[in-house]
Amino acid sequence: MSARVRRRSAVNIIVLSLSVATALMGLAFLALIGWTLVSRGLAAINIDLFTQETPPPGSRGGLANAIVGSAAMTGLAMLIATPVGVLAGTYLAEYGRDSRFGSVARFINDILLSAPSILVGLFVYGFTVLPMQHYSGWAGSIALSLIALPVIVRSTQDMIGLVPVPLREAAAALGAPEWRVMMSIVWRAAGSGMLTGVLLAAARISGETAPLLFTALNNQFWSTDLNAPMANLPVVIYRFALSPYDDWQQLAWGGAFLITFAILVLNILARLVSARSQLKV
Amino acid sequence: MASEMTGILRLYRRQDAVFRAVTFLSAAIVVVVLAGMIVFLVHGALPALAAMGPSFFWTSDWDTVEDVYGALAPITGTLITATIAMVIGIPVSFGIAMFLTEICPVFLRRPIGTAIELLAGIPSVVFGIWGLFYLTPVLQEYVQPALIDTLGPLPIIGALFQGPPFGIGILDGGIVLAIMVLPYITSITRDVFMTVPPLLRESAYGMGCTTTEVVTKIVIPYCRVGLIGGVMLGLGRALGETMAVTFVIGNTYQISASLLAPGTTISAAIANEFNEAFEEQHLSALIALGLVLFLITFAVLALAKWMLLAIDKREGRR
Amino acid sequence: MAGETLTARPRVHTKPADTESAEVKVSVRDLHFYYDKFQALKNVNLDLEDRRVTAFVGPSGCGKSTLLRVFNRIYGLYPRQRAEGSVMIGGRNILDRDQDLNALRAMVGMVFQKPTPFPMTIYENIAFGIRLYQSLPKSELDDRVEHALKRAALWVEVKDKLRQSGLSLSGGQQQRLCIARTIATEPAVVLLDEPASALDPISTAKVEELISELRSDYCIAIVTHNMQQAARSSDYTAFMYLGELVEFGATEKIFTNPRDKRTADYITGRFG
Repeated sequence: MSARVRRRSAVNIIVLSLSVATALMGLAFLALIGWTLVSRGLAAINIDLFTQETPPPGSRGGLANAIVGSAAMTGLAMLIATPVGVLAGTYLAEYGRDSRFGSVARFINDILLSAPSILVGLFVYGFTVLPMQHYSGWAGSIALSLIALPVIVRSTQDMIGLVPVPLREAAAALGAPEWRVMMSIVWRAAGSGMLTGVLLAAARISGETAPLLFTALNNQFWSTDLNAPMANLPVVIYRFALSPYDDWQQLAWGGAFLITFAILVLNILARLVSARSQLKV
Repeated sequence: MASEMTGILRLYRRQDAVFRAVTFLSAAIVVVVLAGMIVFLVHGALPALAAMGPSFFWTSDWDTVEDVYGALAPITGTLITATIAMVIGIPVSFGIAMFLTEICPVFLRRPIGTAIELLAGIPSVVFGIWGLFYLTPVLQEYVQPALIDTLGPLPIIGALFQGPPFGIGILDGGIVLAIMVLPYITSITRDVFMTVPPLLRESAYGMGCTTTEVVTKIVIPYCRVGLIGGVMLGLGRALGETMAVTFVIGNTYQISASLLAPGTTISAAIANEFNEAFEEQHLSALIALGLVLFLITFAVLALAKWMLLAIDKREGRR
Repeated sequence: MAGETLTARPRVHTKPADTESAEVKVSVRDLHFYYDKFQALKNVNLDLEDRRVTAFVGPSGCGKSTLLRVFNRIYGLYPRQRAEGSVMIGGRNILDRDQDLNALRAMVGMVFQKPTPFPMTIYENIAFGIRLYQSLPKSELDDRVEHALKRAALWVEVKDKLRQSGLSLSGGQQQRLCIARTIATEPAVVLLDEPASALDPISTAKVEELISELRSDYCIAIVTHNMQQAARSSDYTAFMYLGELVEFGATEKIFTNPRDKRTADYITGRFG
C-alpha cells in the first residue's frame, strides 16, 4: 500500500517537473523571440523609417511607402469584409439556422477559416491579376478581405447566437419587422462582441504575407495607386530579411516590430471592447 | 390612420424581403468564394496533372527546364515539418497549460496567460526571420552536431540524423513551426482546461489524487472535445503555413531520410516560384501543389469534425 | 349562448355564465397546437373579454404559455410550430395565412417572464415601439413616453435618468419598463407570461398592483404559477392540464367551488 503511494507520488513529481520544464522552455523561447523583436526593432526605429521610401541597397531609406500601402490595403480589406461578413454571419445565425443551405454555408465558412492563406493568394491572383495582366493594390486588398471574411462571419454568428432569445421575441412582440429586430436590437446587443471579431480579423490580416506575394506584389516607390503594385510591410520584410544587405535587414526588423506593435494594439483594443461587453450582458 | 398603417406594413414587408435577400447574398458570397477557389485550383492544376499523370504524386523530380514535375518532395516536406511541429508543440503546449492551470502561483497565471495569447498574434513572417537569424546558427553550431553524434549511430532512428549540419532544413522548419503554433495551441488548451468545473477538480483532489492524476484522469478526459479542436486547428496552421517555413527550409526538391537535410514544403515552393513561373506547365504544377495542400488541410478539418461528431454521438448514447 | 352551441365538450364553457358580460376581444375556437409532431394544445375554446384580467394556471407543460404565444403568433418565429383552428381578434382570424404578423403584434402586446430591456436608453426603450408605426414630433413623443412610464408607475423613479441604459435598472424596474414599453404602443390586448416569476416579493407586489391598474383599459391575459396571484389579480381563471382547457370561469368560483376534481386538486396544492 505505502509502496503504491510512494510510486504515485514519484510519478507525480516527475510529471510536474516535466510540466514545469516544458513550460519554462516554451516560455523562454517565446520570451526570446519577443526580446529579439523588440531589441532589433527598436534599434531600427527612427524618423526616416516613417518618412523615407524603401531604399536601394546601400543607401538610407525608410518604410513610408510600405506603411502607407499596408494601412491602405488592410483598411480597404476591412471595408469590404466587415459588411459582407456581418450580413453573412447574420444569415447563418438567424435565417439559415435550420436550412440545408445554412449548414452547408457554415461548414464552408469553417473550411475557409482554416484554408492556408497562400491559397487565397493564388485564387485572387487567378481572378484579378491574371485578367488585368498586372499586380495591384486592389488585388492585395481583395486577398486580405477574403482572409478576414470567414473570421468576421464566424464571430458574428457566434455573438448573435449569444443574444438571449427573449430579447428578440420582445422586439418582435412589439410588431417590429425582422430587419429592425436584427439591426436595432440584436446587432446592438451583440455589438461589442462583433466589434471584437472585426478587430481580431484586422489583426489577423495585418501580418499576412503569403497572400500578398502574388497580388499586391511590392513597389519600391511611393504609390497610392490601387491599380498598381503596392508596397506593404510584410512583403518588404520578407524580401529585405532574405537579402544580404545589413541596412535592408535592419529595415526588415524595424518593419516586423511595427507590424507586431500594430497587431498588439488591435488585440488589446479587442480585449478592452470584449471586457466591456461582458459587463453589459 | 388605417391606410397609413397598411402603408407602413407594406413597406416593412418589402424591407424585410430586401434585408433577407441581402444577408442571403452575403452568405452566398462565402460559398461562391470557396467554390471559386476549388474551380480555380482544379482548372489550373489540370494541364500539369494531365501531362504528368499519377506520377505527379509519387515522383520527386522537379525540373522546370525539362518540364517534369513530381510533387513528392514538397508533399512529404509539408507532412514531416507539420509532424515535427506537432510532436514538439503538443506536449509543450499541454505542459504550459498544465503549468498555468495547476502549478503556477495564482498571481502569475493571468499575466503569463495573457502574454501567451498576445504572442499568438505575432505575424508568422517574424517567426521566419527569427528562425533564420537566431535559431538556425544555434542548431547548426551545437544542436545538430550533438544529434548526429548521439542519435546518429543508433539503429533505425539514426537514419533521421545523418549528413552534415546545414542548420536550415526540415528539422529547422519543423521547430520554427512548433514555436509558431505553441502560443496558439497553448491558449486554446488553457481555455479548455479552465472549463473544467472547480467542483470536479476539487473532489478529485479531495479523494487524494495527485496533480498528475487529476490532469490525466479528470481534466484531459473532460476536455477532450476542446483539445482535439485546438490540436487540429494548430495542425491546420502548421500544414498551411508559408512564411515561417520558407526562410529556413532550404528550398530544395530532395527527399532524404535525414531530418537534417534541406527540403521544401508545398507552400514554400509556391511562395518561391510562383512569381517567376512563366511556363504554363510550371504554373500549372504549382497550382496543382496548391490543390494538394487544399485537400490535405480539408482532410484535417473533416477528420476533426468527424472526431468531434463521433464523441458527441458516443456521449449522446450514454 | 355562443359557448354552448359551439363547443361539444359539456364541461368547458367558452364564457362564464355567471358574470356580467363585456365586449369579447379574443375568441378562441377549436384550437390545436403542435410542436412538430407533439400536440401541445387540444381543442381549446374560450373568450377573453375587454377590461378584464384572465389568468391561466396549471402545472408546468400544461400549455398555458403556448396558448398565450398563439395570441400574437410569436411562435411563428420558429419553424415546425403550427396552430390549427381559429382565434378571432378584431374581427378576423389571426391564424389566417395572410395575417400580417407585424400588424398583429402591434395590436397584441406581450411581456415576458424575464425582464427584456433593449440595450438602449430608458427613453429609447419606450420610444422604439411607438416609432415603429407612428412618426410623431419630438414633444408629442416625449409626452407619450412620459405617459407610458406614468401608467407603469415607473416615472417617478426614472424621470431624471431617461438617458441612462435600460439595463441600469433593477430587475423589478426593468420589468415595469417592459410593461411601459408594451402599453406605450396602445395595444388592444396585453399578454403577460409569468411576469413576476423572476422578481422579488416587493417588485412582484408592484407589478401585480400595476396589472390591476391596467385592467380598466385593456384586455389582459396572464400566465402564472402563483395561485395567490391568480386569485388576487384576475377576474377569470382558466385551468389547463395536459394541453386541455379543463375549467374556465369566474376566478372566485374556480377557487371556491371548482367543478372538476383536477382543478380542485391543483388549486389546493395536492398535485403538480
